[in-house]
Amino acid sequence: MEAIFDNFDAVLKGFGYTLFLFLVCAVVSLVLGTILVAMRVGPIAVLSRAAAVYVTLVRNTPLVMVFFFFHFAGPKIGINFNWVDVHVGGFDFTSAFSTAVVALSLYTSTFVCEALRSGVNSVPLGQAEAARAIGLPFTGTMTEVVLPQAFRASVPPLASTLIAMLKNTSVAGVFYLAEALATMRGFTKDYADQRWGILISFAIGYIILVEVVSLIAHRMERRWRIA
Amino acid sequence: MRPMKFRAAAAVLLAASALAACGDAGSDDEGRDVSAEEDCDGKFEDGSAMADWSESGSIRIGHKTDQPGVGFQGATDDVPSGFDIEMAKILIADLCIDPDSDDVKWIETISDNREPFLQSDKVDLVLASYSITDERRAIVGQAGPYMITGQQVLVPSDSDVESIDDLKGEEVCSVTGSTSLENVNAAGAKGVGADDYSECAEKVLDGTYPAMSTDGTILAGLAAQNEGELKVVGEEFSEERIGVGYQKEEAEVCEWINGVLEESFEDGSWEDAFETTLGPSGVETPEAPELDPCQ
Repeated sequence: MEAIFDNFDAVLKGFGYTLFLFLVCAVVSLVLGTILVAMRVGPIAVLSRAAAVYVTLVRNTPLVMVFFFFHFAGPKIGINFNWVDVHVGGFDFTSAFSTAVVALSLYTSTFVCEALRSGVNSVPLGQAEAARAIGLPFTGTMTEVVLPQAFRASVPPLASTLIAMLKNTSVAGVFYLAEALATMRGFTKDYADQRWGILISFAIGYIILVEVVSLIAHRMERRWRIA
Repeated sequence: MRPMKFRAAAAVLLAASALAACGDAGSDDEGRDVSAEEDCDGKFEDGSAMADWSESGSIRIGHKTDQPGVGFQGATDDVPSGFDIEMAKILIADLCIDPDSDDVKWIETISDNREPFLQSDKVDLVLASYSITDERRAIVGQAGPYMITGQQVLVPSDSDVESIDDLKGEEVCSVTGSTSLENVNAAGAKGVGADDYSECAEKVLDGTYPAMSTDGTILAGLAAQNEGELKVVGEEFSEERIGVGYQKEEAEVCEWINGVLEESFEDGSWEDAFETTLGPSGVETPEAPELDPCQ
């Protein structure tokens, strides 16, 4: 276990990247997912079809392949993130980080969309009809009436989606980002004799992060419960 | 209907033959011929690991697949090729096993799983650009070294970078968890970790990272594979002692490996192996290294 304690700054840095990646991707994929679900349940057939095709296509692709595309195929056809060059403290947010954000957010947004769609479906049809009857346009109906109720109903599936995403950040470790999993693999190679201790310590790190997300989700669920 | 069916069948046939043609690509890189020794009766002490391998006539070797010239296996290759592989063949031949037969199980190991594979008895020997370190020796056996190499830098052919010192603060690619990555960081550059070395070379080619770094021999192989696009620069800034990994409880294996290595240094097969695998990529054949005594 000395491996962990002697290099605790490296452990924290690894989980730091994991956390940053999670937070940025959570925001981006929630926004993207909301736009997608609005397109899907909206009245414009073209947008609805496009969103459905996008969700089906991306959701059915393994995450590693999405990453692989943006890392190896993307640069060949001019999609690259080499221009991103942000440094905060000891953290480098460059192409590895941006590529991870794009791949993970595009992927997770499809799951957010589907989680929200189940929420939208749980809103009684009469609600939307009533909103239309008092003259609200589609955007108004969505933002004032349907989505607030849909969000409330979809907190549990959204929490699952975000937890899955938090763990999916580990895929970025294979693609040049020194997040927790990559840090762990560095440790297991350098301190081959302490493999078990290292594995368990990093597993505990992930469990703590996931517990925090679960706790926040639980709080929101309770706060937004129908009285 | 009939012509349609015929056309479909023809298309399938064409596709199949095209695939078969692909399968042949790259298999012309055969390496040198090593033939098995003939007489192994009583050669090894009863109950020793070597006697077991020799009698059962089969052995499992852990190797790399992403390092041209050192340990490489394309997606369509049946057997790997490279210097590590040639050294493995010399060891296998000494056990009276034909190195080219199906009795040799070539098992891919990546940097991160070499110790677990030895510990969990998934492989018998590891020849996978396996540098000897004290931490590794605490849990697995390591004999050798059969090659001493050092870390250099691989950059695009038109790059101005002359050594690792020109890359301070820049991102330099290497493999996650390798000693190379640590040395890059120690030299003042920012190491980014990929999953294998070919991927790193790809990212240097597409301009994402200005350079990659690991053992000079591996880089020379990659440079030879992408001739005219990549070049190796700089002095070696680390020393890696590449050896053979074995399961720790089999102490007698070390003596045997050292014996075979010594023999290969003397009879020229070591030099020959080096020249056929790493020679073409422009690495000069060094002096045979001094072997560590067995503990």
